[in-house]
Amino acid sequence: MSDARRDETLGGFVVHGVPFPIETDTDALAFLKRMTPIQIEQEYSITYLHSYGQDSPWFAGASNKRLLASQDAESGYSYATPRGHDMYSGRETEWIDVTDRTATVHAFTVCYFGSEEFLPDTPFVLALIEYEGVNTLFLTRLIGLDHTQASLEWIGREVQPRFLRNSKLKPTDVYFVPT
Amino acid sequence: MRPVYALSGGVSKFAKARPDKTFQAIVKEAYDYAVADLGLEFPAFTKAVDGSVASYFSDHFSRQLMAGIMAQDYLGLVPKPSHRVEGGGATGGLCFQEAWKSIASGHMDVCVAYGFETMSHVETWKGNEFIALASDVSWDYPVGGFYSGYYAMMVTRHMKEYGTTVEQMAAVSVKNHLNAYHNPYAQKRNRYTIDDVRNSPMVAWPLTRLDICVMSDGAAAVIFASEEGIERLEAAGAEITRPLVRVTGIGRGTDAMRMGDRPHVDYETFISDYATDQERDSDDTRSYYRDLWERGTRYPGVHSFRAGRTAGNMAYAHAGISDPLAELDFVELHDAYTSSEVQTYEDLGLCRYGEGGPFAASGKAFMPGIDYGLDLTEDPACAVNPSGGLIACGHPVGATGLMQGVFAIWQLQNTISKHFGDETLQVADARRGAIHSHAGTGTYVSVSILEKEGN
Repeated sequence: MSDARRDETLGGFVVHGVPFPIETDTDALAFLKRMTPIQIEQEYSITYLHSYGQDSPWFAGASNKRLLASQDAESGYSYATPRGHDMYSGRETEWIDVTDRTATVHAFTVCYFGSEEFLPDTPFVLALIEYEGVNTLFLTRLIGLDHTQASLEWIGREVQPRFLRNSKLKPTDVYFVPT
Repeated sequence: MRPVYALSGGVSKFAKARPDKTFQAIVKEAYDYAVADLGLEFPAFTKAVDGSVASYFSDHFSRQLMAGIMAQDYLGLVPKPSHRVEGGGATGGLCFQEAWKSIASGHMDVCVAYGFETMSHVETWKGNEFIALASDVSWDYPVGGFYSGYYAMMVTRHMKEYGTTVEQMAAVSVKNHLNAYHNPYAQKRNRYTIDDVRNSPMVAWPLTRLDICVMSDGAAAVIFASEEGIERLEAAGAEITRPLVRVTGIGRGTDAMRMGDRPHVDYETFISDYATDQERDSDDTRSYYRDLWERGTRYPGVHSFRAGRTAGNMAYAHAGISDPLAELDFVELHDAYTSSEVQTYEDLGLCRYGEGGPFAASGKAFMPGIDYGLDLTEDPACAVNPSGGLIACGHPVGATGLMQGVFAIWQLQNTISKHFGDETLQVADARRGAIHSHAGTGTYVSVSILEKEGN
């Protein structure tokens, strides 16, 4: 008989006894059908190398306090959240600077709950912003309004961009405040 | 395309958590029920079925890739053909239609669609994160990261545009929860008032906890067949309920994943490309819409789902429906939020755009014979979510659209009493119904029409 053995290691689950029949006779094996499930915790984490690809200049702009959007040069159809190609013509879009355009609240909510990553931020105001002369909307955080006084009157209110001093290279490098 | 029949279905109990079984065994609960309802033993059905379609949304929830083949294996269906369908919240509805295609195309004569989700493996806030990863991870997820927030933004715009009220939305919650009281498969079976809904904890203003569906563990299965397939099943000993239930229409639509990217089309484009035949043919409705546009409405904006309207129009054309409110006896629609049920009334043409709020509170979408404790001004016209919908049944994503299919089959077979042990939710003389499945911020939507044969 071989004396080969797998090396024993420390660590693993902290277990304080797992109930099991002392004898595996027929009755005991049948009783196992009535056993409660064993549940264990499994950790899972991962670091992604995420590329902004063709959208990268927007993030460079935000880190330099300029707000970019994109536009089909021929039709003038423009996107507040940039797209590398126009969805109607299929043509590559051009960058435009919308930093100083008039901006208003198109829709909003106050998030009192959230996904795990953003729970520490709650409550926060989430808003879709409409820039003058731009065909689509931009999702952002709205700061400077009393979240306990949420009102449909906020829709249509003029707002302006403000930038983080220390860029995180995320779309939250810009947020909006009431003018 | 050949006629396609939906013969039977099964649903596992939808629950907050099902630690008693792995996902394969939960699928088997629903599958075995559907097989038994045909009067067949497991081996006889295994021999008769040609293949399957598997429906589940997120690999994250189970931390298991290729879960579909694990279910296929567990059900004893290997080496028969199968494929997985995934389309966010619409996964089950898409699965229903892919199984339909397998039969309609002649590729299979008997096909089973099964779906599941086991969302209890993570805490709710982590589950919200997984779901939010179904939004653009460069632009939307890092800012909001929360689907309830996205839907709340949609409804604030709907309220601003159309005057929709939180009480009208709450009426949906009261209706669906009380319907579910009579559905033993539902996760939440409660009698609530409008005040209960409004006073429950705020999640994303103005949506409260009782305006929003819950995460669930659960599974559902539907068995489809062609006429040849029915002959094969009956030769194997199946006792198939008649009149048969036939799937007479399918439709699908899509829209931009980022809701901010949706266009704002003008009145003429709306009328030519998106209006229902009924709307286009009505002077009154064209005038109504022209007035909306003159007041600033644009379509679809963030308040309407053109994917839903596209899917509905396609399915109605396929099934020969021109007046959905009059020609459908019930609709099982994707009410992940009370607000999205209101929005979907409009997309499905049960009422005009802008009238979803008053429609919700009118009584037209309620079941007859149930005292909801509400002051309803209209008689029931077309029961919406007679099962209790997602809000009350729960939303184990990959199972949900198939669950709707199962409940629709039972309505049209007139067998609700047999399956629920309670006939309260049986729609009287149900002859035609629709199921509607919806993903993302309106990104994929499917609509399927089921009819009792001889209708």
